[in-house]
Amino acid sequence: MSIAASLANNLKTGAVFKRTAVNNTSVSSVTSFAGVSAGALTLLATQTASSSAQLDFTSGIDSTYDSYIFHLNNMHLATDQAHVQFQADTGTNTNYNLTVTNTYFRANHNEDDSLATVSIDAARDQSQGTGFIQFMSAVTDENDSGSSGIIRIFGPSSTTSVKPFLGVCNCHHHNPGSDVSRNISIGGYFNTTTAITRFRFNSSSGNIDAGVIKLYGVS
Amino acid sequence: MGAITRAAANNFTTSGVILPGAINNTTVASISQLTQVAGKTQTLIQSQTASSSSAVSFTTGIDSTYDIYKFEFIQVHPASDNVQFRHAASTNGGSAYDLNPILSFFEAENHEGSDGASLGYITGHDNANNSGDTAKFTYNIGNDSDQSTSGEMWLFGPSDSTFVTQFMTTMITTHNADYSKMSFTCGYYNHASDIDAIQFTMSSGNIDAGKIKLYGIQGS
Repeated sequence: MSIAASLANNLKTGAVFKRTAVNNTSVSSVTSFAGVSAGALTLLATQTASSSAQLDFTSGIDSTYDSYIFHLNNMHLATDQAHVQFQADTGTNTNYNLTVTNTYFRANHNEDDSLATVSIDAARDQSQGTGFIQFMSAVTDENDSGSSGIIRIFGPSSTTSVKPFLGVCNCHHHNPGSDVSRNISIGGYFNTTTAITRFRFNSSSGNIDAGVIKLYGVS
Repeated sequence: MGAITRAAANNFTTSGVILPGAINNTTVASISQLTQVAGKTQTLIQSQTASSSSAVSFTTGIDSTYDIYKFEFIQVHPASDNVQFRHAASTNGGSAYDLNPILSFFEAENHEGSDGASLGYITGHDNANNSGDTAKFTYNIGNDSDQSTSGEMWLFGPSDSTFVTQFMTTMITTHNADYSKMSFTCGYYNHASDIDAIQFTMSSGNIDAGKIKLYGIQGS
């Protein structure tokens, strides 16, 4: 059969293409639909931990989007009672020590129902500190333990404003006798007016044994 | 075979399927909907950038198209110091923003210096029925050039004419006395009428700068 005949079979009588004429390969060169309204989460990068000292996101954070979201899925640390934490930096710097002020509070409920509280935890926040921001705290290293959550960054490329962030997660918190489901909320700001371009996630002790972090732009 | 015909033939497989060379970004520029494509979570309805604005109002796009809407606030900066960011709702396209919001307000705070951290309910910022107040959802924003408030507001079923309209907000604010303030409100506009406009203002002075985006939640 000639191409012309094959093509004809993929056309309706009004010369409109049938669905058989287009497959995923046909549109593999399309990277954007200019006429489609924005609003999607655009996946910019995925980092998968495998006994990793840290996971770095060093590209894709710029003025393209007004806000960005990290999804952390089933983060599992190699060291018991370590914390999943993060910091940011500017330009091509690799110090990851920007000045931060943030809040940290959590709701706790343990597996044997003997603990149910909500409270601030001032030991885990920072006041103009330059350390890593504690997010998932004192997680257990049990094999079935994974902690997950979301972090949002607003206007990281601004050269006028500080860089606000919000985070919420649920972590499998180590507690002798009865582990805890710990719902943690953090909020704060990187106290810099320089554009933030990169983020680092690590463990307060040892490696990130497993877990996936995805970076999205919000259009 | 003419040149165009020959070139076109090169863009098809022998079974008549279109090859990638035949379709690029320009080809699909007129497509405005991809109804069969999964994965899109929200649709941007409108984006407004404040510039010494007394109010930022969304008077179109809030209807029965979506059940759930979301506003995002990116580095909203007040002209005046020590002010509250507020929202108000209308059932007449913005002619009047006079609905009663009832809400709870709690916050977590931490100071840049030594004033410590706390978590608590803020009675001075909540609303009871018929209070006549607009809905405050931040706490004492500072107006230094690098200070602002950011976050999100969810609006549930604004076009529903049976139930009151629920909302919830989460904001992060640089407080005028250099606190990091994380504010949470939940509440409802106590009207079973069709809400079709939302307005944002500061408790005093203009919204100097910042961006506010309205999204419809896909599939809601």
